[in-house]
Amino acid sequence: MSALTLKKVNKSFGNVHVLKDVDIEVQNGEFVVFVGPSGCGKSTLLRVIAGLEDATSGEVRIGDELVNNTPPSKRGIAMVFQSYALYPHLNVRKNMSLALKQAGQSKAVIDARVAEASRMLNLDPYLDRFPSELSGGQRQRVAIGRAIVREPKLFLFDEPLSNLDAALRMNTRIEIANLHRQLGASMIYVTHDQTEAMTLADKIVVLRDGRVEQVGSPMELYNNPANQFVAGFLGSPAMNFFPAAILDESDGDIMGVRPEDLYLSDKGKLGANVEHVEHLGGDTNVIAQVNGHQITARLFGQHDIDAGQNVRLGFKPERIFRFDAAGARLS
Amino acid sequence: MNKARTNPFNTAMMHGALILYVLIALFPVFVILINSFKTRKAIFREPLALPDAESFSLIGYQTVMKQGDFFLYFQNSMIVTVVTLFFVLMFGAMAAFALSEYRFKGNMLMGLYLALGIMIPIRIGTVAILELMVATGLVNSLWALILVYTAQGLPLAVFILSEFMRQVSDDLKNAGRIDGLSEYTIFFRLVLPLVRPAMATVAVFNMIPIWNDLWFPLILAPSEETKTLTLGSQVFIGQFVTDWNAVLSALSMAILPVLILYVIFSRQLIRGITSGAVK
Ligand SMILES: Nc1ncnc2c1ncn2[C@@H]1O[C@H](COP(=O)(O)OP(=O)(O)OP(=O)(O)O)[C@@H](O)[C@H]1O
Ligand SMILES: [Mg+2]
Repeated sequence: MSALTLKKVNKSFGNVHVLKDVDIEVQNGEFVVFVGPSGCGKSTLLRVIAGLEDATSGEVRIGDELVNNTPPSKRGIAMVFQSYALYPHLNVRKNMSLALKQAGQSKAVIDARVAEASRMLNLDPYLDRFPSELSGGQRQRVAIGRAIVREPKLFLFDEPLSNLDAALRMNTRIEIANLHRQLGASMIYVTHDQTEAMTLADKIVVLRDGRVEQVGSPMELYNNPANQFVAGFLGSPAMNFFPAAILDESDGDIMGVRPEDLYLSDKGKLGANVEHVEHLGGDTNVIAQVNGHQITARLFGQHDIDAGQNVRLGFKPERIFRFDAAGARLS
Repeated sequence: MNKARTNPFNTAMMHGALILYVLIALFPVFVILINSFKTRKAIFREPLALPDAESFSLIGYQTVMKQGDFFLYFQNSMIVTVVTLFFVLMFGAMAAFALSEYRFKGNMLMGLYLALGIMIPIRIGTVAILELMVATGLVNSLWALILVYTAQGLPLAVFILSEFMRQVSDDLKNAGRIDGLSEYTIFFRLVLPLVRPAMATVAVFNMIPIWNDLWFPLILAPSEETKTLTLGSQVFIGQFVTDWNAVLSALSMAILPVLILYVIFSRQLIRGITSGAVK
């Protein structure tokens, strides 16, 4: 059984066509991440699933039920927002219990669920505080707690970590992964951070301009991108692209190679002039110019290379991705 | 940090200018207050002198208390002002919420139409309003004043409040919708508290012109039972003789309630409870 099915979903604001024929299927218990550049329609898609916006056309099914005309509170979903969106006039306990109270649950059920969520998220010391008395990380945990107590069929996260600092982001990311394991619930998670996408997802949906570019597991997308956009979007540093003409090759118009697949070699095919070197300790990133194209090589370990130096970079032929002029992958 | 804030010279200048402004603004009030406690002769001989043992007199206050039903006028003004403010804030906020929150056909036009009221003074329509009130039998009732003042206050209220409501986080409203709150609950419990400072601003802007208005009370409700304070005070100003003691005393007393209302609203102005709602 699938937790969510979208069929040919379109969404327009006036004459701005934001979502275009989106087809997505989320299996029960799956963690699906929507990624894409800013403005591609990720939040809009999430709001259509939540029922906060109506789809202009197409079908939205949650569980096996058609929910196009169901109000958000009846869809069996819970949403966590980037800006936390806690109720400022209610304390943490009431923030978490409001939805259950609205749904007419008994006090015993409410107390039990709030206690359980609070235990999972270590919120016990803060239950009587107001949102303004919490740190950013604590607020986001309360927002997650507010979602958990509803025991939804489907969790929706809209960039929940982007207001947190780097260390906290990593901790909360692990916490969300743990939560997914413990609850076994289906989750949809929107981000434009590809590290979050790669680390959390069972399945990644790459969006561009309101269209689904590719769907697959993180490693599938990484090793076998369908087109130049997906290839360039996943991976950090991003994949290098250069015209095939540089290597006098006739196969395809554009060639791509990941930075970690490049290595220093006297017989390397690419003659490069080093522009800048980033020493990261474990890795060394070399940014160089090859025939006027910028290329990044990620070398393992520490290397003694200076800017201005000329080096030769090699790669294994099987690690090359070829694309046609429109960006489609040639196998 | 803002440089202008930390520079002591600028700070002194700024405070100097503000203090000067306060002195200028309070001066007439001060003159009214001190003169209301003086004999008629003393008022004219030395208008700026403080009342002393010789010139001190409560004659003005005594006249005001004796003549006319001053407390009734007081009550009328209070009722008109408070009820009008309630209506302006309530209907203004509701209209503003609809305009800022919902996308519907004619949303833009409706907003512009309401804003038009800011530019066209309602007094232009006095004759028509009077005819309307006569036809509906509302002349010489406080409702006539309340309705007119509500109409007069709404445009600015809608304009200011819708601007502020646009800034209330969408995520917060959406979180409420997902938790099953009705649109009314979202409006009253989530949005209104966050725009409270704007509501206080609107209240203050509306309150003072209503309290001081002479025009509509004179035209729409001049009867003895419906006279407002400002209109009631006019009995002391005659074509040939004016009882200055009484006028000044009446004015001094009229300041009090506005002052109290202002203090109530300005506390709301300052109290910011938005922190922690988002971010
Ligand atoms: N209410 C609206 N009216 C008109 N256009 C809108 C509206 N909401 C969103 N859009 C447009 O839809 C597009 C997608 O917006 P959306 O917020 O879904 O992007 P996003 O992928 O979430 O971006 P980000 O990563 O920056 O959050 C944008 O071009 C935006 O301008
Ligand atoms: Mg977004």
